[in-house]
Amino acid sequence: MADVSGAAPSVAPPAPAPTSRSFSSLLRSAEVDTRLLGMVAALIISWIIFDVGTGGQFLAPRNLWNLSVQTASVAIMATGMVLIIVSRNIDLSVGSVLGVTGMFMALMQQEWIPRTLNFGYDLWWIWIVTVIAGLALGAAIGLLQGSLVAYVGIPSFVVTLGGLLVWRAVTFMLAQGRTISPLDATFTLLGGGPKGAVGDTVSWIIGIAVSVAIIYALISNRRKRLRFGFPLRPVGAEVLIGAVGVIVVMGAVWVANSYMWPKNLAAQYAADHGIPSPPGGLQIPTGIANPVLIALGIAALMTILATRRRFGRYVFAIGGNPDAAILSGINTKRVIMLTFVTMGVLAAVSAVVATARLQSAVSGLGTGAELSVIAAAVIGGTSFAGGIGTIPGAVLGALIIQSLVSGMQLLKFDNPSQDVAVGVVLVLAVGLDQVLRKRAS
Amino acid sequence: MTTEGRVPAVDMRDIRVSFGGVHAVDGVSVNVFPGEVMGLVGGNGAGKSTLMKALSGARPPDEGQILVNGQPASIKNPGDAKHYGIETIYQTLALADNVDAAANVFLGREIVSRFGSLDDAAMESATRKVMTRLNPRFKNFKAPVKSLSGGQRQSVAIARAIQFNAKILIMDEPTAALGPAETAQVRDLVAQLKQEGIAIFLISHDIHDVFDLADRITVMLQGRLVGTVDKNKVTKDEVLGMIIMGKLPDQMNEKELAQLH
Repeated sequence: MADVSGAAPSVAPPAPAPTSRSFSSLLRSAEVDTRLLGMVAALIISWIIFDVGTGGQFLAPRNLWNLSVQTASVAIMATGMVLIIVSRNIDLSVGSVLGVTGMFMALMQQEWIPRTLNFGYDLWWIWIVTVIAGLALGAAIGLLQGSLVAYVGIPSFVVTLGGLLVWRAVTFMLAQGRTISPLDATFTLLGGGPKGAVGDTVSWIIGIAVSVAIIYALISNRRKRLRFGFPLRPVGAEVLIGAVGVIVVMGAVWVANSYMWPKNLAAQYAADHGIPSPPGGLQIPTGIANPVLIALGIAALMTILATRRRFGRYVFAIGGNPDAAILSGINTKRVIMLTFVTMGVLAAVSAVVATARLQSAVSGLGTGAELSVIAAAVIGGTSFAGGIGTIPGAVLGALIIQSLVSGMQLLKFDNPSQDVAVGVVLVLAVGLDQVLRKRAS
Repeated sequence: MTTEGRVPAVDMRDIRVSFGGVHAVDGVSVNVFPGEVMGLVGGNGAGKSTLMKALSGARPPDEGQILVNGQPASIKNPGDAKHYGIETIYQTLALADNVDAAANVFLGREIVSRFGSLDDAAMESATRKVMTRLNPRFKNFKAPVKSLSGGQRQSVAIARAIQFNAKILIMDEPTAALGPAETAQVRDLVAQLKQEGIAIFLISHDIHDVFDLADRITVMLQGRLVGTVDKNKVTKDEVLGMIIMGKLPDQMNEKELAQLH
């Protein structure tokens, strides 16, 4: 802020009020990522505003459940984009790779395998084979692009811009612009929908298992620090973190289980299974959707990869100081190449979710997705300067973008206005981050 | 110190490194014995850092032979050098600024569990141990090294070099960025490492530093070797003359030496 009075004494900024100091010191002692906390706060505030604006529609289980499904595809790819951007690269091709792998999997299960092998269409294993082949294709594309970046030394922006064009064109050429539909019945369950979810019992079991895992992780980490004689977090902070974690997990499960199957689908199910429909229709809890489980599983795996494995450590070290990484004896070229392989596989996983959800593959599948994915990673705190970023942040970033889009749709804003909102939030988030970081250092 | 009949820890023979058509290092031979400090001096562009990069694997030589403990060594990258027990403290420190001290100390050589997970607690514990020896006031084990002071960052870089039982240590301008107290600390450390039998190459601009710490001094000028002298048999002025004129002490006359001042 400009000093216009000219009389203000040049002293250090006033000390924060005692309450805010003790709160921030509690956060610091709890070693909580304050940036992530800020994002959660922003998310909660926007949810409340949307809920008030829509008269309670936004926070209804139905909308939250749909929101989770819509977020999955971008969130899956955003976890990989974090590693790419952290190591000072970029992947502009993810939308096109999603398209080409999705089309490849659709054609394989719908045309190539049934026609070539003359097996017919009702093969139980066909979806497994196509998913594996699709992931392999994603890995191969990542290997090609990653090798060009790492070993040939072509800038990633150029390689993946080329990839964006090439893979989109290949998607079109594969099917000559046709829409491939319908897809294998089991395959489409991976995309969500009331039937593409795990139901209430399994959802509760997953919720309890994750809660136990959170508590176990906290306890074992504390034991380890105790054994080495390191400073410990206050017990209160540990309990607080554990309690918040368990409440969020079980709350999410409760919301997913509160969303009941639509009436006509439930009536159909009742008729098929000879169950008498009670007045008001059969109430079948949906539970967590399959694509959401896939996204959460991948986020967990990628978090482990980024923070608990050598590979992740090297990705961050390369982003922090590429020369230092080389001088430490790290095979940086191989690490960079592998980040692109990972990204290719994740784009293919996203393709599974997206095609299964649409129950078809079209040539334009995933067009523009690269921008949402990069925006999610960046809103989630990933820095283009390299070396900084978190997987949970990127997932949260994807959720924030999708919340904006979904909320504005409910409020009857048109598509251009939604883009304006996402664009403004993107710039605002990064701008705020810059200001806060400068003040911190 | 007598060097007769002993095997040098490192013997670099007729090393050549060129960038494009420029001979950065042109047929230089130098060696160092266990428990000895070899000072490497010369003006800017003399080729001292490039010569040491040939040994640390950062830029393998185009020609020449490197022997470690009398055996020919093949050093093609930094990993190879570390395999031979050659550790380097770079002038730039070569730290990954965004990760903490322990992650830097163990970068490329992490301690992992049976399942390949990083054992951060074990690495932090080892880092705390080595730091009590190097810099007992070091406390910020959880902070990214970017937020540390120059002296603390230097401690991390040194910790990384001595954590893995180095046999040969290359120190490139280790005190250039340090205050007087920290410089004294580094000097104590060099003396201590020498006692432990580690062979040390010390690159420095500061001729006083070199005279205090080194046993022998090698002078380079424009990529060529001027000569290697025993510190106790030369004066600072004579070494200065070698650096500037590229002549050995017995080739200089009184007049030339006087002109240096």
